[in-house]
Amino acid sequence: MILGIDTSLGTAVAVVESDGVVRAEASSDNPLGHAEAIGTLLVDALTGAARGPIGQTGAPEEVALTHVAAGMGPGPFTGLRVGIAAARAFALGRGLPVVAVPSHDAAALGIVLSAALTDPFADVPRFAVVTDARRREFAYSVYDGIDDDGIPVRVAGPALTPRDAVDDVLAGLGAERRDVTVISASMVAALAGRAVAAGRELTGPEPLYLRAPDVTLPAAPKRVGA
Amino acid sequence: MSAREPLVLGIETSCDETGIGIVRGTTLLSNTIASSMDEHARYGGVVPEVAARAHLEALQPTIEAAVAEAGIALDEIDAVAVTSGPGLAGALMVGVGAAKALAVSLGKPLYAVNHLVGHIAADLLAGEEVEYPTIALLVSGGHTSLLLVRDLVSDVELLGETLDDAAGEAFDKIARILGLPYPGGPEIDRAAATGDPAAIRFPRGLSRASDFAEHRYDFSFSGLKTAVARWVEQAEAAGTPVNTADVAASFREAVVDVLVTKALDACARYDVPRLLLGGGVIANRRLREVALERAGAAGVAVRIPPLSLCTDNGAMIAALAAQLIMSGRRPSTLAFGADSTLPVTEIQVAEAPLDEPPFGAPQRGAAVTR
Ligand SMILES: [Zn+2]
Repeated sequence: MILGIDTSLGTAVAVVESDGVVRAEASSDNPLGHAEAIGTLLVDALTGAARGPIGQTGAPEEVALTHVAAGMGPGPFTGLRVGIAAARAFALGRGLPVVAVPSHDAAALGIVLSAALTDPFADVPRFAVVTDARRREFAYSVYDGIDDDGIPVRVAGPALTPRDAVDDVLAGLGAERRDVTVISASMVAALAGRAVAAGRELTGPEPLYLRAPDVTLPAAPKRVGA
Repeated sequence: MSAREPLVLGIETSCDETGIGIVRGTTLLSNTIASSMDEHARYGGVVPEVAARAHLEALQPTIEAAVAEAGIALDEIDAVAVTSGPGLAGALMVGVGAAKALAVSLGKPLYAVNHLVGHIAADLLAGEEVEYPTIALLVSGGHTSLLLVRDLVSDVELLGETLDDAAGEAFDKIARILGLPYPGGPEIDRAAATGDPAAIRFPRGLSRASDFAEHRYDFSFSGLKTAVARWVEQAEAAGTPVNTADVAASFREAVVDVLVTKALDACARYDVPRLLLGGGVIANRRLREVALERAGAAGVAVRIPPLSLCTDNGAMIAALAAQLIMSGRRPSTLAFGADSTLPVTEIQVAEAPLDEPPFGAPQRGAAVTR
């Protein structure tokens, strides 16, 4: 079983079986308050997972986690870090490996899977996951279906674009715009499961900040006058 | 949990040090620190986003190093402790997120505590009997506070604090004016070594009789900073070479004088013959010298924990939580956040109410399985 954590937009926690069956989900859509929410959501998701797959009733059973999946963004930095820190610390406490997952890839998996539910034979046209990056910018990643490992094929991004330029940028990439306001921790965990099964790494240990820290080099000391 | 000598892991991320400490009661097992100070040097001060990024990178390896040094297994700990505030919000949140997840992962209780009170608790790890009440002077790049500690876990009163810059910040700014690198404290100290502390009489902030009604124990360093800048400018305008050693020594003397005078005034006024020094600026040799000398004359006993426990660290956070546990406090709920302006009177944050079994308590049932 895989514990998924993502705080790139709201705060989301889920426990998913290695074949992708969702055991439990707990989330808050609040774009702030990640540090406040994360602990209780972890407890809720683990408690829910102990009850067995969603819909099953019966005695609690062991939640035998094998991995912790961390949504690595992009997303507003302050919140994003809370989830990554939580994923790493949780994994450390249980001696589990952390699987780093680009949050847009998880959203893309969700989009492809829900399209397949509607029409299993339809091809999903090339699309872009677009999320709020604040400061009048969007973050986007472009996908072209999923590969043989069941992993969405990212062909561009994640990258930033000014909000008023996003449609031109996506038109240039031939991608349909899909605005995403919630990242599902279940999809983060499910995608991690697919990556582990395929022996693939989806991204490195660095968060997908996409921006350098905001700093200005100090000027010479100001004159204070006489 | 062993209430007599609880084994506690403390996480501190309020400024630029990622501190992980492990204590058993008042015994220090590890004080492991990763500092991002070098990354801030080119900016002349702590950049919050740079600090927060560094915390996230350093956290896991620092916890692993601390656990290895303490010679324990992570699941042996009785509780996790974390700084909830005061400090830089984004930096604090990294520690809070990690601490909550670690506590849930291990199924152990969590104690969210006050950073400033942690500085006082550091003294318990020095290996000697500690007596209360005491006056505590905490001086660093992030804070300058004068406290009356009647009881570490229940009664800490803020007598005064800085109204503008922290003392450590003042050192950094004056270093820049004098063309010295960051961090300013050790650089000013070095430059001042051959200077005359009485060469220039710089102002002592909030030290006039008229300040005493409202700001007897508060500090202000912005006027001093301006005075030094003006002095340097005037010397340059007049074409006289600036004697950096004299300026550094005189500036340092003004800071030290104000700090020690107010601290000893508090000792006298509250009839407390004990003064505890804490915070990174305690590394300043002149501050320690003057404090010891004048306190000795006033019959006040001075305590200075080892420097590694004076700068921000996780051991002091663990030590404070251990005291809370030993005094029977319940753990914190999981719902607290980072509080960048947490008042010093809030020693523990979000103690679980009596009618609510706190997370990590033995009665938690099957909620968390391992
Ligand atoms: Zn401090």
